[in-house]
Amino acid sequence: MKTGFHVFLAALIALGASWCGFVLAPVLQLGTEKQAAVLNSSDIYPIQRPGDATLGLQVYRASGCAACHTTQVQQDGVSCEIALTSLGKNQPQEFKKFIASLLELPLLNSRSNSVTAQLQDWSGAVPQIIVTNLDADAANDLLQHINAAGCKAEVHVVATGTDTARSWGTRRSVAEDFLWDDPVQLGDIRIGPDLADVGARLGNADWQLLHLYAPQSVVKGSVMPPFRFLFEVHKEKIAGVPSPDALHLPKELAPPAGFEVVPTDDAKNLVAYLLSLRADVPLYDAPFTALQAPTNAPSNKK
Amino acid sequence: MNDINTQDAGAGTPDAMIDASCRVPLLALFGGAALWLVVGLTLALVASLNFHMPEKFGNCAWLTYGRVQPAANDAILYGFAIPAALGVMLWIFARLGRTELVLPLVPVVAANIWNLGVAVGLVAILIGDSTSFTWLEFPRGSSVLLFAAFLLIAISAVATFGARRRRELHPSHWFLLAALFWFPWIYSTANLFLTAHHPVRGVTQAVIGWWFGDNLVFVWLALAGIGTAFYFLPKLAGRQLQSHYSALFAFFTLMLFGTWCGIPQGAPVPAWLPALSSVGSSLTIVPLIAIAIIFVKTICDSTVCCKGGPLCYIKFGTVAFILSGLMLIASACPQISRVTEFTWFGPAQIQLQLLGFFAMTMFGAVYYILPRTTGFEFPFPKLARVQNWFSLAGLALFILPLAVGGVEQGMKLQNPQIPFADISNSSLMFLRVSTTGQLLLLLGGLIFALNVFGLTFKWKMALLKSLIAAIKSPLEIAEVKS
Repeated sequence: MKTGFHVFLAALIALGASWCGFVLAPVLQLGTEKQAAVLNSSDIYPIQRPGDATLGLQVYRASGCAACHTTQVQQDGVSCEIALTSLGKNQPQEFKKFIASLLELPLLNSRSNSVTAQLQDWSGAVPQIIVTNLDADAANDLLQHINAAGCKAEVHVVATGTDTARSWGTRRSVAEDFLWDDPVQLGDIRIGPDLADVGARLGNADWQLLHLYAPQSVVKGSVMPPFRFLFEVHKEKIAGVPSPDALHLPKELAPPAGFEVVPTDDAKNLVAYLLSLRADVPLYDAPFTALQAPTNAPSNKK
Repeated sequence: MNDINTQDAGAGTPDAMIDASCRVPLLALFGGAALWLVVGLTLALVASLNFHMPEKFGNCAWLTYGRVQPAANDAILYGFAIPAALGVMLWIFARLGRTELVLPLVPVVAANIWNLGVAVGLVAILIGDSTSFTWLEFPRGSSVLLFAAFLLIAISAVATFGARRRRELHPSHWFLLAALFWFPWIYSTANLFLTAHHPVRGVTQAVIGWWFGDNLVFVWLALAGIGTAFYFLPKLAGRQLQSHYSALFAFFTLMLFGTWCGIPQGAPVPAWLPALSSVGSSLTIVPLIAIAIIFVKTICDSTVCCKGGPLCYIKFGTVAFILSGLMLIASACPQISRVTEFTWFGPAQIQLQLLGFFAMTMFGAVYYILPRTTGFEFPFPKLARVQNWFSLAGLALFILPLAVGGVEQGMKLQNPQIPFADISNSSLMFLRVSTTGQLLLLLGGLIFALNVFGLTFKWKMALLKSLIAAIKSPLEIAEVKS
């Protein structure tokens, strides 16, 4: 370190290496990322959000929602569960005993040796999840035994982890989920719950609007500040007849008689964006068994 | 081995002339910094009040938490930390080089451009024009102003460095020169890739954002702050820096490893990115240990008592840097990050780095430099010591609850049986304690601003007096002649 040039060279090498690693390489790897195929389906994912949801993304940005909410679900791993789809000629009571005897087998003791709680007072309705938290080998083994007894069952792959247990999502968030977003707002603190899958979880636009206007009225103990500035209070155009957009507020929050609270375009767009947030299709890098037909297109019911 | 005491004195321009050449640029930079510090801490307090009375701010878009919080952070980092560091840097370059500041008017102009950029950026965030990238919320126009102002100051700094009379370099030179080089690179990269007309697609934005955030808040602040500390610690403690070679080692490893931190472990990106980042973060322990050893060896035998003066601030700053570095490393470890990710632990680390380490180091440096450059004592020297206690108590009350609350929040988040509303309500208690800390920090900031502006006022009054004297005196002579 004799001259300034030496310092410059050292800094150039150190910062240059990190620039190549964390700027250039991700741009090369992810910059040309394309839509991915949905597992067991001919669909591709993600589809561009509808126009109002794209505008809503900008309201989300401007209001700084990402200061309190993440949009990234985490996952520990996957496990398998077995769903019975047909009893064949067996009786429910016999089947329960049969399953209990199967679970005694040493091979299956690796992870789980108990049936689901619902199976205790189960009367034979199918489909029914019978065993959860198995690894792939044990699940296949158990499936063979069940099939051999004349029943039909299938193995479901489910994501495990606290976020999915809180039903914040069905799988972890992956790079594909954010392909069309600009700016990408992952968020880094959970003062509020994760929103990666909020459209699937809380898909009612009226509920969302009410929650934005008065969070504590719909979620008890919420710490979210109200976003009243996204709403307007004005006189009913026709006295006694509220406009179709007007919020149905509880008495203590309702405006004076003859007035109504209506969402601005920003509020409607923001809700459209929230409802479009749903990461509920299985992908190659985040597989799970979709139980209903995946709703690929972001729902836009308002 | 460089001897700090002989390096700083000896041949070349005398101290008084060097200090005088820095006077106006430093007053411009430090004045702006003090103002933005108060603005930033006030905004932070408002953001925190959102948790005490959410209903109060519901009707006001520009006071909502999501806008005030980033505005507060940016006001402190861009408004206070960077200009203060640049001012200290100019002075250290002039002093170490035994030369007067070259192009002294350029930093004055640049300081005004910089302050304009910060003002535009803050207003933009508050009216909802933020870019939403952490530490890069300022919109494009404001970023251009900041970038131009930084380059102007860098020109003056590099010219002063080039004109130095003592050719050999002090360890502070390495750190501060690297910081001068660092900022333009990372700031232009981040702005070109993220806020330009055609930003990169998808999560690449997030990766570049994390890279920028780490390089700015961890590496840049470390380069500028530790560079300053390595100048002042030996000087104030009356010892030599222990040692030149350890400092070289710390410098290299900080740049090599520190630049790879910052990508969270659970991020929805290809797995090699968080893995590589985790390795880089764990290796960052090496420069931290080196800096800790240098710090302890340099000040341990010192008999100088700091009594709440500059040495106290800088000692505390260095300790806070090591603590915040350890927190950063801990949160990059996959086992720990499972708990601390997405909790208040992250903000606690950032605030410790920003207010605990960097701001304290800068307070110390400014309290040392300003009286020498202006030739006046601070108007309230006792309050400067009071500020030290306010800052210490404020930091403890602000950061400890956030860190502890963050860990508690993380442990509860791990248990899906605990409803989310209960978790956010139980962290409210910690937030309320931390608001008290923020209030104390704001008082500290006000004292700092009072001292800086009071000193500026004293200097301006003296200038005015000498001006009046200069106007009056020729008249008297003329009267005598007539």
